[in-house]
Amino acid sequence: MTSPMAPPAAAPTTMSKADGLHMLNVSHAFGDHTVVSGVSVFVNPGELVCLLGPSGCGKTTLLRLAAGLEDLQVGRITIGEDTVADGHGGPQMPPEKRNVGLMFQDFALFPHLTVYENIVFGLAEKDRPRRQWARDTLATMGLGDYADAFPHTLSGGQQQRVALLRALAPAPRVLLLDEPFSGLDVNRRAQIRQDTFQILSRSGIATLMVTHDPEEAMFMADRIMVMQDGRIVQSGTPVEIYFHPKTVFVAELFGPVNRLDCRVENGALVSVLGPFPANGLVEGAEAQVLVRPEALNLSQPGATDAGTLLTVVSARSLGRSSHLTLSLEDGGDGALFNARMPGVFLPEIGSRVSARVAPEHLLIFPKPAP
Amino acid sequence: MPHMKRLFAAGLVAASTVFGATTWAQAADQEVNLYSYRQPFLIKPLLDAFTKETGIKVNVVFAKKGMLEKIKAAGDNSPADAVLTVDIGRLYALKEGGVLQAVKSDTLEKNIPAHFRDPEGMWFGLTSRARVALVSKERVKPGELTSYEDLVDPKFKGRICVRSGKNAYNVALIASMIAHHGEEGAEKWLQGVKANLARKPQGNDRAQAKAVYEGVCDIAITNNYYMGKMMTNDEKPEQKKWAAAVRLTYLNQGDRGNHMNVSGAAVTKSAKHKDAAVKLIEFLSGDAAQKIYAEDNQEYPVKPGVPYSKLVQSWGEFKGDTLSLEKIAKLRPAASRLVDKVGFDDGPGS
Amino acid sequence: MPHPAAVADRPAARYLPARLIPDRWGVLTLAVALFVATPLIAVATIALTPAPDIWRHLYNTVLFGYIERTVTLIGGIGLGTFVIGTGTAWLVTMCRFPGRGLFNWALVLPLAVPTYILAFVFTDQLEYAGAVQGTLREIFGWRDRQDYWFPEIRSMGGAITVMTLVLYPYVYLLARAAFLEQSVCVLEVSRTLGKTAWQSFWNVALPLARPAIVVGMTLAMMEALNDFGTVDFFGVKTFTAGIYDVWLNMDNISGAAQLASVLMIFVVVLVVMERMARRGQRYHHTSSKIQALPSYRLSGVKAALAAVFCAFPILLGFVLPASVLLSYAVVFFDVTLKANYLTITLNSISLSLGAAVIAVAIGLILAYGLRMGSGPLPRAAVRFASIGYAVPGAVLAIGVIVPMAGLDNAIDAFSERVFGVSTGLLFSGTVIAILYGYLARFLALSFGTVEAGLGKVSRNMDGAARTLGASPFQTMSRVHFPLLRTSLLTAGLLVFVDCMKELPITIILRPFGYDTLATFVFQYASDELFEESALGALTIVAAGLIPVIILALTTLRSRPGHAGGGHP
Repeated sequence: MTSPMAPPAAAPTTMSKADGLHMLNVSHAFGDHTVVSGVSVFVNPGELVCLLGPSGCGKTTLLRLAAGLEDLQVGRITIGEDTVADGHGGPQMPPEKRNVGLMFQDFALFPHLTVYENIVFGLAEKDRPRRQWARDTLATMGLGDYADAFPHTLSGGQQQRVALLRALAPAPRVLLLDEPFSGLDVNRRAQIRQDTFQILSRSGIATLMVTHDPEEAMFMADRIMVMQDGRIVQSGTPVEIYFHPKTVFVAELFGPVNRLDCRVENGALVSVLGPFPANGLVEGAEAQVLVRPEALNLSQPGATDAGTLLTVVSARSLGRSSHLTLSLEDGGDGALFNARMPGVFLPEIGSRVSARVAPEHLLIFPKPAP
Repeated sequence: MPHMKRLFAAGLVAASTVFGATTWAQAADQEVNLYSYRQPFLIKPLLDAFTKETGIKVNVVFAKKGMLEKIKAAGDNSPADAVLTVDIGRLYALKEGGVLQAVKSDTLEKNIPAHFRDPEGMWFGLTSRARVALVSKERVKPGELTSYEDLVDPKFKGRICVRSGKNAYNVALIASMIAHHGEEGAEKWLQGVKANLARKPQGNDRAQAKAVYEGVCDIAITNNYYMGKMMTNDEKPEQKKWAAAVRLTYLNQGDRGNHMNVSGAAVTKSAKHKDAAVKLIEFLSGDAAQKIYAEDNQEYPVKPGVPYSKLVQSWGEFKGDTLSLEKIAKLRPAASRLVDKVGFDDGPGS
Repeated sequence: MPHPAAVADRPAARYLPARLIPDRWGVLTLAVALFVATPLIAVATIALTPAPDIWRHLYNTVLFGYIERTVTLIGGIGLGTFVIGTGTAWLVTMCRFPGRGLFNWALVLPLAVPTYILAFVFTDQLEYAGAVQGTLREIFGWRDRQDYWFPEIRSMGGAITVMTLVLYPYVYLLARAAFLEQSVCVLEVSRTLGKTAWQSFWNVALPLARPAIVVGMTLAMMEALNDFGTVDFFGVKTFTAGIYDVWLNMDNISGAAQLASVLMIFVVVLVVMERMARRGQRYHHTSSKIQALPSYRLSGVKAALAAVFCAFPILLGFVLPASVLLSYAVVFFDVTLKANYLTITLNSISLSLGAAVIAVAIGLILAYGLRMGSGPLPRAAVRFASIGYAVPGAVLAIGVIVPMAGLDNAIDAFSERVFGVSTGLLFSGTVIAILYGYLARFLALSFGTVEAGLGKVSRNMDGAARTLGASPFQTMSRVHFPLLRTSLLTAGLLVFVDCMKELPITIILRPFGYDTLATFVFQYASDELFEESALGALTIVAAGLIPVIILALTTLRSRPGHAGGGHP
């Protein structure tokens, strides 16, 4: 087969900096099962946006809609100036005309083609510059020797890089990544993530990535959009999302937190870990206070500014940090607290430690009045 | 994907060969298209002789079923000119199916006695055959078995072999029993025969003679010409041994005579080469062909005056049942139902 | 989870694509499926023409016997093909024992042997006068039948044995492919959880391979359902035998078509039940790791037993018939040679090749059409079109001839009226009719194989190709086609081998003067003079042998990363 499959003539051979992805008020259902409802996503040129959420929240469907692999039912999708799909009876541009790059979770490498053939699959026969780019990039990524190998002989990390290169090769206007690191070994993931980040930031392409791994999202994203049950629940920079989650759901995405049920008494939130500023909550209001494990500051008791005394139930070193499980001194209701301390902090089991929480690290969610 | 390309190329070549080889209907009257229920290798000598004499080529297709439906479906465009069958059932079905045409030919009327052809001239019997008993020379005394009715005698319990009751020859025989004894009488008879069977009905006619030779049973019901064919089989001499173990016995010689069937031929309604088709049937009913039938196949020629083969003559004179063949044919469905009702093919003891 | 608020401001209909109205692919799929299914529809139509009622008679007499025997037959063949096919497949893929390399491909060989030939050979050898009993009598000094007992070959048991020996390779091929694909890890997990090799096979490998095994058994049982020649030869009155009886002895084609329609409904019900039982049992391989297959190294008695178990079906199903045919062919070779041996061989091969190409192309279109997501209507039509495999050949042939001759006559009348030229029987009078009959009959083979192959190409690969700029057609030619090569080849070879053996359709639909190896052999077989056409029969086997061996070797190599690799 030699038929050329050039990207649309307008597509430049160098990375475009001008095209962003806009998905406006998109809804989607399979049969009578709604998976996306009223979602709007904007990815600006050069920006990397992460859709973060648990599996089944509709984020992959959004990617497939953007790529044109599903017909848009409601809403509108534009890439740059072009409307590529209109859910109100408008045009549905087929995926091959959209010039988007899509990298699948399982990589979907063509098993019958070599690494190089996979990468240049989307390039015209006579597109010398891009073909040269593919060869060069393969070499810079340390895959030069594998150009003529078949995908199944490659490691997971190598396959991931091939899939990424294949998606990038036709110089897409928008890049879509579906859980790009989930298929990889944990110990190689960090390195590959770093490499991928480098490649993407160099390309300056508008990228929409889907993941359920918050750390991944934090690392990669300029902006994170958290999805829950087909809706965007919060959108913001990684710092905003982490430190200022709008809901308990968002806060808990980043791992287990310590939950405290509090009530405002005498102008302060009363909790087992001591009083916290009421933050403007009225007297008698109830609130849920979330404390991340690393926000729980532990020290040997007996120091001047003593906090709440907790009993050590377990203490394990994780190398860079130590993880502790603690209970209230009297063991009362059996509630356990998780704490993470930097370095080595391994008090004896059964010993007591003093716990304090810096007020700026508290996550306070008022409970709706009953 | 060079393999696939090659495969497709080969397929195309093959397809074109196939279509190229197809014989399209030709206008010339120098040929005749024949549907045959009889194996081509058996009729080849006859057809060769016909072609030699008349210069008319005979194209044959052999099949045991589906011919009537094929002719019917093709209607006026059917390429078949004539049909050759091995029993009365097919001839009658073709006639009832409305695909035959009446033929008026002095030669045929002269060659074939009236009871061997259709009164309307729709079909013509070419040979007749008797469904006889081959009995063990050792274990069955002459005169012990003289009629079909004798077959139900308890003394023959476990001693009779016959092929499936659904075989066309047996269906015709049972139909003749219905004609003579009524359905109830025939049913009782068939029940009796079943009770006397040595084994579940199976195999062909020759296999029944073989079973007598092997001692499985003492009486085999077969068409007469199989006896002749076994006796003269030089390629498989063991069949001569089977034949040597049995004695051919004509049945019902004291009354109505032995049950008879015919092989025959007919011209189709849509025949494009009607003249050639009639010529073929006339030839088959003529002296030369009738002699071949007699000598090669050990059948009874229908044409009066054509001698039986020496072998057939050695079995002596016999009397054939003159029951109307059409009547037998009409009773076939009833006979077939009787076989079901009695459970004949389930064998004895069921 | 539906959000009422979101749904409220949009018309609900927008969320529900109108699935009942097929899209473009759906229309194409539906049209092609109906084209293939036309003979079946014709049979059903014939069943509706008024005719004397046969049901009361059958009900009172033989119907339950037919049903009982048919169920026994296909049940026995299902069990037999399962035990031999799955057992041998497991041994050659997972165990190491002497002769394994040979068995690996030789186990497919019986597929090349027509059932009626094996039936003849078995009878020839095992009946009273046959070599086996003769030898026994000589050794033990028995004089006649009364001195000993020997199983009757012309029986239900004989029919099951013979058909099992010819049909088990379907199960073998599919089961072996399934075992080769299984992740080794799941088996190892099973072992570490304390299961023995046998328990691992029974509890893990077998359920995982179940879909493939069931497809193989279904093919074998459908083939057994449509068979007439073998059961007739063995005197086993099955449902199919009943169809022929009503048709030919009771002169009631409509009644026969009614019986055939009931048979079709029975098959549809079976297929649907099986699919429903399988629903939700789609297994995905959780590990993509390809490792060398484990090899339970067998030794001593176990190795010997394994070798015997594998050798037994090959010896009985192939070596025995081939050598018997060979010995007869040496004596009677002139009979076949005199009969335009080369022409009929060429006819057989070209016809089968043509049918294979057509059946694969149509199978590909249908499998592709269904993948492209068409609604329930095309899907049902395709399923219906594939049951031609279970319909008795001669009945199917009538189903071909009726509509085709009708079309021919219409064209002829039109041409006569408009151009004054008679076109005659354009299709039904030529080999096109045979090819159409083969297609209607063997679509199940080609469609099933292609569909299974296409199922293994992940949808993400389609997505990857499309987003990389490939049109649907380019996706087909650049991604699917190369990936399906093995499946297409397999489908083509299976159809080819079956067409070489096919008898009733060829007999009825062939034009004048057109003979194939099968019809030639049948001339003699129908007079139980099989020996005389031995060379012809041997040629059918030999011609089937080449594709069968290719088949065995390709599926062996189809495992990615397996020795030899699956790539050019």
